Amino acid sequence: MNLNDQTIGNDILPGDIRPHINTELQNGKPLFVSHRKPLEESLENPIPQIMVKELNFYYGRQKALSKVSLGIPAKKATALIGPSGCGKSTLLRTFSRMNDLIANARIEGTVTIDGRNIYDRDTDVVELRRRVGMVFQKSTPFPKSIYDNVAYGLRIVGIRDKKTLDQIVEKSLRQAVLWEEVKDNLGKSALALSGGQQQRLCIARALAVGPEILLMDEPCSALDPNATARIEELIFELKDDYTVVIVTHNMQQAVRVSDFTAFLYLGELIEFGSTQKIFTVPKDRRTEAYLTGKFG
Amino acid sequence: MGPFPRSKNMEKFGQRKDAVDIVFQRTMLVFPLLVLLIVGGIFVQLLLSSWISIKEFGPAFLVTSTWDPVAEKFGALPFIFGTIVSSLVALLLAVPIGLGTAIYLAEYAPQWPRRIISSLVDLLAAIPSVIYGLWGIFVLVPVMRSHVQPFLGKYLGFLPFFQGPAYGIGMFSASVILAIMIIPFIISISREVILAVPHVYKEAAYAMGATRWEAICTIILSYGKAGILGGIILAMGRAIGETMAVTMAIGNNVKISASLFSPAYTLASVIANEFAEATSKLYLASLTHIGLVLFLVSIVVNILAWLLLWRINERQKIFQGR
Ligand SMILES: Nc1ncnc2c1ncn2[C@@H]1O[C@H](COP(=O)(O)OP(=O)(O)OP(=O)(O)O)[C@@H](O)[C@H]1O
Ligand SMILES: [Mg+2]
Repeated sequence: MNLNDQTIGNDILPGDIRPHINTELQNGKPLFVSHRKPLEESLENPIPQIMVKELNFYYGRQKALSKVSLGIPAKKATALIGPSGCGKSTLLRTFSRMNDLIANARIEGTVTIDGRNIYDRDTDVVELRRRVGMVFQKSTPFPKSIYDNVAYGLRIVGIRDKKTLDQIVEKSLRQAVLWEEVKDNLGKSALALSGGQQQRLCIARALAVGPEILLMDEPCSALDPNATARIEELIFELKDDYTVVIVTHNMQQAVRVSDFTAFLYLGELIEFGSTQKIFTVPKDRRTEAYLTGKFG
Repeated sequence: MGPFPRSKNMEKFGQRKDAVDIVFQRTMLVFPLLVLLIVGGIFVQLLLSSWISIKEFGPAFLVTSTWDPVAEKFGALPFIFGTIVSSLVALLLAVPIGLGTAIYLAEYAPQWPRRIISSLVDLLAAIPSVIYGLWGIFVLVPVMRSHVQPFLGKYLGFLPFFQGPAYGIGMFSASVILAIMIIPFIISISREVILAVPHVYKEAAYAMGATRWEAICTIILSYGKAGILGGIILAMGRAIGETMAVTMAIGNNVKISASLFSPAYTLASVIANEFAEATSKLYLASLTHIGLVLFLVSIVVNILAWLLLWRINERQKIFQGR
């Protein structure tokens, strides 16, 4: 089936979602269609870079993820959506083993990145985290200068050469669309930046170490619409070069930036597929109910 | 919607709360004032009681190293020296151990050793200092004499600090006891400070590929700097004023020596030791004068600490754009 502008909001969709999406018009077109590649292409060729198999996750006795299996395609943006507490952050954090830091957390199943199970005993977690960058909900600038923040990851791997650092810092800040705003004040404290700038700084910091995968946990939830729009644009550009996984509570954001969407509910993966499909022809009644605001 | 309608009842409630607030505020103001009054009173009392000595010796009291009750010549320098050196050496020993333990407890230790060690540490802080003194005399001093000091003398003897006969009793033993006594403070405070660093920042460092050690050095310590420094200075305050254990281990010898092995004396211990024997008026006044010096040294150290912390806080505020 070919989904195009006309079919959106047609009979396939429950009534509630129609105004929801159709009010987001830009130049008379629904926002999310405007910059989308043809659906077939993105579906035909999804090379999974992160393979999750039969993943169970426990916080102590509490089960937070249950039998989650999905393949997250390379160089695409994948959105994780679902009601609060359904395990989105938990799933996201398993991709860079951030849950290692939580006492009592236990994991079963496998997460494979580029063919290697990252939960193998011999995984170098530090190396893994350099390949899989993470941006948090609350921006987390270190109490250092802008320059030192971006150079942080480089310095800890032992890059000291001023020229190299300068180059990468500039490149990363440009990628994060922050360069123009801070280029004259690289020595200024990162904490003096605005919230949106801080978040872009954190993205630059994550990009500086040259990751292949970028995980983002509600990166815009603390930002105003303007800053949000800038980050979304940024994500949209980043996915040409990076595999982006983004947790979001904002449906329109998921639609705008992601190619694929995974819907989680009570720790289970309910539905995973192309964003267009999920948002227009959800297969599961729970997905549909969530998208139409019946819960969550 | 218009302004929130306030019912009669609510207004009354609000007023009553205000009244309680004001009464509470005023009552509570009494206590800080009382503290100020007590501190001021102590200062004045010390000043009055040591007046004869102040008149007799003047500022030279601080730089004179004679302490001769028979000839009635008194000077505080050996005691000031002893107090400062023993405290500094104690800090030198205690800070790395205390900070290291705190980092271990906060960042590395699994649940159960963390809890056990933390409780033990808190227990250490509760032991009366005379017990530390006894332990020092019966356990520490003999070990110092037979093992530690000969060892240090052999390998570090080229330094003036580790020369001379190993008596056991002396500046070094006192410093070690002091260090043991202040380590619990440093551990407790640093541990709290490290644990108080927002988790997201630690995570952010780890997410950047920092190892634990890198995260601690670059992020955690830089966030916790002010608090840790505060803890260290508090500990120094305690070391300066500590009397009993030091008196028992330091050897009580009015002498300024570069060697840490030689017996020494501190401001606090000379007061404790000689107060009962001070028969003449000038002797007594001179001891009180020593007390005045100790009081001032403690206050100066604390003020320095405040200034330091305040400066760090100000900088942090600028950092955070507040
Ligand atoms: N550190 C933790 N310790 C114990 N339980 C946790 C911890 N973190 C999350 N949980 C629990 O695991 C479940 C999933 O949490 P998670 O944070 O993954 O949800 P989420 O989908 O990201 O929610 P939100 O949208 O509110 O961020 C929740 O029930 C939560 O209470
Ligand atoms: Mg979450």
